Amino acid sequence: MASPIQSFMAQGAQMFLVLLVAPAVAGITRKVKARLTRRQGPPVVQCYRDLLKLIRKDSVLAGNASWFFRTAPYLIFAFTWVAAALVPTFASGLMFNWAADVVALIALIGAARALLALAAMDVGTSFGGIGSSREMMIASLAEPASMLVMLTVALAAGTTRLPEVAQFLISQPLEIRVSFALAFVALVMVAIAENARIPVDNPATHLELTMVHEAMVLEYSGRHLAMIEAASYLKLVLYFSLVICLFVPFGMAPLHGEPIAWAIGLAAYLTKLTLAAMALGVWEVSIAKMRVFRVSEFLGSAFIFSFLAILLAFLSREVLR
Amino acid sequence: MKGFNAKTLEHGVALVSAIEAVSEEDAPADGFVRIRASDALWTGLAKGCAAGWHDLGALWYDDGTMHMALWQADDAAAGKAIVSLEARHGVYPSVGAHHAPAMRLERAMRDLYGINPLGLPDSRSWLDHGAWPSRPSITGKGYQFLRVDGSGLHQIPVGPVHAGIIEPGHFRFTCNGEIVARLEERLGYQHKGVEALCAGAPIAKAGKIAARISGDSTVAYSFAFARAVEAALDWEIPERAILLRGIMAELERLSHHVNDVGAVCNDASVVAILAQCALIREDILATVAGCFGHRMMMDRIVPGGTACDLDDEGAQAIRALLGRLEAAFARVVNAYDQSPSLQDRVQKTGISRPEYVRQFAAGGFIGRASGRAFDARQAFAYAPYNLVTFEVPSRTAGDVDARLWVRIEETAQSVAMIRRFLDMLEPGPIAAPPPPLHGGHGAAVTEAFRGDVFLSVRIGEEGNVAHLHARDASWFQWPLLEAAIKDNIVADFPLCNKSFNCSYSGHDL
Repeated sequence: MASPIQSFMAQGAQMFLVLLVAPAVAGITRKVKARLTRRQGPPVVQCYRDLLKLIRKDSVLAGNASWFFRTAPYLIFAFTWVAAALVPTFASGLMFNWAADVVALIALIGAARALLALAAMDVGTSFGGIGSSREMMIASLAEPASMLVMLTVALAAGTTRLPEVAQFLISQPLEIRVSFALAFVALVMVAIAENARIPVDNPATHLELTMVHEAMVLEYSGRHLAMIEAASYLKLVLYFSLVICLFVPFGMAPLHGEPIAWAIGLAAYLTKLTLAAMALGVWEVSIAKMRVFRVSEFLGSAFIFSFLAILLAFLSREVLR
Repeated sequence: MKGFNAKTLEHGVALVSAIEAVSEEDAPADGFVRIRASDALWTGLAKGCAAGWHDLGALWYDDGTMHMALWQADDAAAGKAIVSLEARHGVYPSVGAHHAPAMRLERAMRDLYGINPLGLPDSRSWLDHGAWPSRPSITGKGYQFLRVDGSGLHQIPVGPVHAGIIEPGHFRFTCNGEIVARLEERLGYQHKGVEALCAGAPIAKAGKIAARISGDSTVAYSFAFARAVEAALDWEIPERAILLRGIMAELERLSHHVNDVGAVCNDASVVAILAQCALIREDILATVAGCFGHRMMMDRIVPGGTACDLDDEGAQAIRALLGRLEAAFARVVNAYDQSPSLQDRVQKTGISRPEYVRQFAAGGFIGRASGRAFDARQAFAYAPYNLVTFEVPSRTAGDVDARLWVRIEETAQSVAMIRRFLDMLEPGPIAAPPPPLHGGHGAAVTEAFRGDVFLSVRIGEEGNVAHLHARDASWFQWPLLEAAIKDNIVADFPLCNKSFNCSYSGHDL
């Protein structure tokens, strides 16, 4: 039985772990993209340097920016950080297990998004408005799909708590379930859209008119921008962790694990995270960005996949019974 | 005016009949028949432009006289002419009142010289933003964009400072959600006073200025300037120089077409193709720098010939380059063609309608992608293009994809042409000494990578350039971009814009 102190320490370690690795994950993706296009690319640690630079710099605010514009970055960062810290990464015996609920997770991400969209419209530039409206369109399509994916896995595990879901999956024999495969595809598609990656959005673009996420944060600078950038790095880690936790949780330290199990869990998690970051880089150089209105088809198919997944999961449960 | 009755003039005059009416003189060295027009003939020819009988090539003001260059694109043998009209009391009958493509040209001339086109419906300034230090603005400060009425419309102002490293220009989008209802351009931020700088400059200095009007077309501008000056001074140039000019012009075209293919793909976020194209382009530029001593070949074409020679080693280097380029570019084209996600972006995006292309006499890949197979190299067959046969690729779809395919097919033609020119290269002088300087005027059209460049020079009696006017291909392409993006989504604008790749600097003079 893990003592409260132990689980508190594990929880604390996880909170800082996600914060610490998040910029590196974005850095690895960038590096892979650069190498695949025959460029040297910035070093993997460049994202840390960028954050430090932004924190040190003065923040330039529009004359008509309200208190909301200044507060929103911190709230967005906080919400995303909490969400990222809730997803079990290397161990499941964490203090806030009771809170690591998929519904809560989606609510936290949704709240952070709503704050960003509102803040983008605060100063009244046309790009902020464009970004917000596109982001909301994407979110309205992505959220139902992500909800169904989570529920598919929750249905199989009999709980919506992520640590218990992960434990359940580890305890099961290794087999390919059609419903899980479909849910996996759907979650990856949602993750791409949610994290503003190609083909839905391009995080590296300089073309104002094509931006979604970047259009919303155009007016931010200095420490405010650092908060938003950090939040977007965290969000990427969150989704990677979610995919890892739901579909490849193997190696994760059990509920009452020993320190050695935790070490194994940590190594397994970091390896899986690195592989995911590299896969994202390969994916991004191999496809063109789609037209804005094609996003509805893209996420529509994600929704269909997730719907089929939950349908199959439900049916197979009935058959087994 | 002899040969025309009032009724003909009323309905418009065709260029052919206007040229026939001119008394037979010696054929001018530059091929442009000079027509001194009355107000009625001027307006008649303007109406002829509107009727589509001939194309408006350029319109400029010089020393109390308005000039208009006209030619027939489908039948260049029918002749080309420069029509002149004395602007009494600083006014002349507007061409733009009948033929819309002239409107921006007339607004620009009004800004530069205070010469007033009577009947021009647009009273706004164009190049003048009210910030010229030497004199107060003629048309005044403040700029009203055209009104767009309707419910649910919102405006997106973009530029003149953009997020990327590109030239400045302002785009005012009026949108309904993501759909563009109207785009209006505002240009002139790159104005550098080319015509004023050239007035009174020695020929060599004016040549340097002309080479810098639009840096990416520096060879084409130098080529046009050299040919115009040579026509004005009856300057014969050696055969070797003619071929070297052709080689340089085609190398410039290659480097930009390859670059554009990469840049368009990059705007659809396909960085891999951009990376490949950047490598090919760098190979071209590095080879060119080795052969001609400058990566862009700036100031390498001068009146009288060329400023540098190409040795055997250089010719070998260019042949080797062409081999590498063909192999590498074929892979890029294959990747472009075989990528469904990319094809989905470029096809049926930003369609430029054939009737607009004809009306505006849009040259280059923009015209040729919409079925206007005009290429100054073939239509006017200026040296060295009279020595080779080549095809002018054209398409009819008029979308981003068609504009890219025209570029892709043109690179193959350019490669073949460079090989032919290299084969024909014989030892000999590369420049002829200048003839005794005297006054005169000359004009030339050359095909830059983005379309036909028209350049006219008047040389004063003392041998200096008295006036220079250059009309970039972009003058007739920018307005088509406004039309092409209509009813597309805002997010597709960068893709359309890059496929047009109009010059800001060449247009802003």
